Amino acid sequence: MPDVKRIIGTVREVIRRWFDPSEVKRVGTTPDYRFSLANERTFLAWLRTGLALIAGGLAAAQFLPPLPLRHLREAIAVALLLLGATVAIRAVNHWTRTERAIRLGEELPVSRFPAVLALLVALGALLLLGAVLVKGLGGR
Amino acid sequence: MTRDPGRQPERTRLAWRRTGLTMTVVAGLALRLALTGGVTGAVLAAAVVLLWAGALVALWGRAAGRGPLGVDTRSLPSVALATAGVALLSVPLVLRGVW
Repeated sequence: MPDVKRIIGTVREVIRRWFDPSEVKRVGTTPDYRFSLANERTFLAWLRTGLALIAGGLAAAQFLPPLPLRHLREAIAVALLLLGATVAIRAVNHWTRTERAIRLGEELPVSRFPAVLALLVALGALLLLGAVLVKGLGGR
Repeated sequence: MTRDPGRQPERTRLAWRRTGLTMTVVAGLALRLALTGGVTGAVLAAAVVLLWAGALVALWGRAAGRGPLGVDTRSLPSVALATAGVALLSVPLVLRGVW
């Protein structure tokens, strides 16, 4: 199965790039350290966003009462956990790409990810609001 | 004249500390969930503690402002992977009640 092999190879290559700073340092010129620090703080802000989503999932699983739809509570918790993990992984990948772009003096990488994340969170909130209303109106 | 009126290194140190604190809260929540669930829960709890300790070790130098600035660090990918790890370990803990 050459395709699986190629995908595994690509994934290993990407992860190696995250952990190997010399790879990034080989291209372009070292920027003003303030740009690198700003990039690092952006990464940390994304990481805390991911941690907040994970905390939300863990709290939903432990502190929400059962919702009218069967297993809706667990579905919301798992969705938040997976979303949080995705945000954390994407954060480190975006940090590497941004650092590279800064060193090469290129345009910063653009991404649809923030928009998609915002839409998913909004949809989840509306879904939960619906569930709460159904429970409140039909619960008696 | 101050070379860096924006105090960027200090702000970055504080951002690392905030992230470490958030990580600790999340690990605590995951532990609380894990420790209600028998042997599997205990194993997952131990894994969560290991990931949390690893993340703290990885970010300690950055939070203390030691070491070089810039990309000369493995702290960022380590902490990100530990975070994703805690999330993925929590998934079976949440689904335990479904089956």
